[in-house]
Formats: sequence, C-alpha cells, structure tokens
Amino acid sequence: MKKVVEIVDVIDTAKVYAELSDANSGGICVFVGAVREFTNNEEVIALEFETYEAMALKEMSKIADEALAKWSLNKVLIRHAVGEKGVEEPVVIVGASSAHRDACFEACRFLIDTLKETVPIWKKEKFKNKSVWVSAHP
Amino acid sequence: MNVLFFGITKDIVGSSEISFSNELQPTSVASLKKQLIESYPEFSKLNSLAVAVNSEYADDSVLLKGNEEIAIIPPVSGG
Repeated sequence: MKKVVEIVDVIDTAKVYAELSDANSGGICVFVGAVREFTNNEEVIALEFETYEAMALKEMSKIADEALAKWSLNKVLIRHAVGEKGVEEPVVIVGASSAHRDACFEACRFLIDTLKETVPIWKKEKFKNKSVWVSAHP
Repeated sequence: MNVLFFGITKDIVGSSEISFSNELQPTSVASLKKQLIESYPEFSKLNSLAVAVNSEYADDSVLLKGNEEIAIIPPVSGG
C-alpha cells in the first residue's frame, strides 16, 4: 500500500517504521505531534479531538495524493487520533519514504502543515478551570 | 434539510445537528451562513466559518437543494 490515511483512537508510533519501510527507500522521515503540558504558561490537563470523519479522510487522502505527485515518494502515511489525549500522548503522525532524504523531509513538512490547514479536526484544550476550542476566535 | 455542526459551532448551537423546515430552507451556502449568523450571532465572532457540501468544502456561490449532507466547519485545529 503506497498510501495510508487513517483516523484512529490510539496511535502506535512503533508500527510506523514497518509501514513506511520499503526496499527502494534509503530515507524514511516521520513527524509525531504530541500533547504539550503548557500553553501560554497554563497547565493543560488534556486535549480533546473530534472530527468530521468522512470529510477528514477525504482531505487527508487529497494531501497524500498531492505529496505523491509533488515528490518522488515510495510510501506516504497520515494518521490522526481522536478522543481525549493526555500530556505526551501522540495525536498525529505523518511520514514518507523515498530513495533519498530530501524528498521525504520536504514531503513530511508539507503533510503536517497542510493537514493543519484543511483537515476537519478540532481540538479543545482542557485546563483546570476551563476548556477552549483552539483557533476558534481571533 | 439537515445541517451538521462540529467543534465550537456544536457548542454554540447546543446540538450536533439541526433541521430546517422547507419554507426556511436556505438555497445557497451564502444564505445558509447568513441565516446561521442571524440566529446565532456568536458565529460572526469566529476566525472563519466554512461549509462542506457532501463532505467537500463549498464556497458561498454553491446552491443547495436540501438533499445534500451539509456541515458547518469552524476553524480547524488538528495536529
């Protein structure tokens, strides 16, 4: 499978190497997004993710196709978690493999940057006394 | 016509789905947005307000028949 696009409850970072590994790939690049403990010096208890899954999968698939068209890649993976995630838990993982490192490094950056712009997934930051939908307001 | 709500718009509306009766049904994405902002003024304070028709982003000019899957997409914040 050249392209993996998924929304899951829990991300297993350990299985990604096997998914991206390829006999023709001398380089594999992976980005993992995780829950950070502090936002503007305020302690985050958890992040809650929700999605419009049918559309999110379509948009993630478009991003993967665009990366495959732009760079010479052997495999591309985009996986996002939903539900409540605690500090240090992985929430998103993207990766690509290619013959040489430049293509997979550049593709990886494109995958995560574009996902953040277009994929219908929303996160709520849960603090001790309040919850805030991220980026909702100016 | 049924409209799905996610993220902050779900909180504002207080529901993940609302139905428009036939007489009040908006006929375009632009009129749907206008009606929602009139009913829920907090929508106008959001960073952006997008609409998806049949799970694809739809601009204001897209016409609505009422049998589509329509969703309100507040500013996304995945990753």
